[in-house]
Amino acid sequence: MTTKYPRATPDRAPRDYDDIPGTYVMDGDHSRRGYALNMFCMSLNQEANRDAFRADESGYLDAYALTDDQRDAVLQRDWLGLLRLGGNIYYTFKLAIFDGLSMQQVGASMSGIEAAEFQQMMIDGGRPIEGNRTTADLGATPAEEQH
Amino acid sequence: MAQIIGGIGTSHVPAVGAAIDHNKQNEPYWVPYFEKIAPVRAWVRAAKPDVCIIAYNDHASAFSLAVIPTFAIGVAATFPPADEGYGPRQVPEVAGHPRLAWHLAESLILDEFDMTIVNEMAVDHGLTVPLSVMFDQPEEWPCKVVPLCVNVIQYPAPTGDRCYQLGKAIRRAVDEFPGDERVLILGTGGMSHQLQGERAGLVNADFDLAFLDRIVTDPAGQAAVPHTDYLREAGSEGIELVMWMIMRGALDEQVREVHRGHHVPTSNTSNGVIVLENA
Repeated sequence: MTTKYPRATPDRAPRDYDDIPGTYVMDGDHSRRGYALNMFCMSLNQEANRDAFRADESGYLDAYALTDDQRDAVLQRDWLGLLRLGGNIYYTFKLAIFDGLSMQQVGASMSGIEAAEFQQMMIDGGRPIEGNRTTADLGATPAEEQH
Repeated sequence: MAQIIGGIGTSHVPAVGAAIDHNKQNEPYWVPYFEKIAPVRAWVRAAKPDVCIIAYNDHASAFSLAVIPTFAIGVAATFPPADEGYGPRQVPEVAGHPRLAWHLAESLILDEFDMTIVNEMAVDHGLTVPLSVMFDQPEEWPCKVVPLCVNVIQYPAPTGDRCYQLGKAIRRAVDEFPGDERVLILGTGGMSHQLQGERAGLVNADFDLAFLDRIVTDPAGQAAVPHTDYLREAGSEGIELVMWMIMRGALDEQVREVHRGHHVPTSNTSNGVIVLENA
């Protein structure tokens, strides 16, 4: 695994999409966990904020009501951890843009492979749906069994 | 009266916009994709739309989690390109069509679609990449635009059927608009892709090709497909395909498929395009 943070247990009844492997559906449960984190990421749309964050990352984060884990995951650029802590990829990608990363580099990090390998996988037609529909297809550790 | 002259479904991958902006259309990686959209550009040149209604989604640009409208319609005279974190795309400002947009807003709300009306809105790659797909790099966009922004990021997105019904209501409104505007409608986003998590990079070309078949011949059937099927089969970001149902709803029951293209990959995405005319 590429993050120390476990998948959160939803504070709601089970849903039919819960068994989609390696996927964090941005439902109400996820959204309320990640609101402050995602709004921090959103702030990086503005150049003045990017400059302020660049100058003092930790100090900048004080303006947002992040949990200690969320703050740590931002500072560590733990891309998979950010999702598990309530982040949404369209928001967390703002931080990746700030770092000059591409979506393929972030995709590689989240799925625990090298960027070149991820890029080649896409050129070869992408990650196949066969074997990736349900957690039952994969066993308990989806990412590790991809390869 | 104004007239719907056709519909286009297209992905709105940011990398396609970057390839156009940075003159990479002749690079080997991009040639196969741009060959597949050449007929789209030729069709649009001949069709000469006055206005495009573009169903797209904002990607944490104009809207954040602070306010999340399910359906928002832009009624402004202009819409600036958004800064998505790199500085705004260097593309022309988008000109709106306030008179048509207000007509649509009023007609749709009275038709029981509770639209959010937006007077100030920057537009991101979700809207500007489809313009580049159609028009390449003009000095000014050759048509006006009515942005129709759909929430597909915060679950749940509107259902496929709600989008399809909205398309039908848009058709009724356009048919009643006094004017001679030639209106093209676009559904954008998709096709299969997953940007997030351990399953990032998922592509399901079989799903995409079946979707292209079905929106032509069985749109009501496709409209009934539930969210979880998209999330599971087309990837978490494949849910954007519900926006194509808005485009399809605005066309006749019977349509003629003018062109179709499908290419894997553009960046992390299975890229599809289709051009439809009323039969």
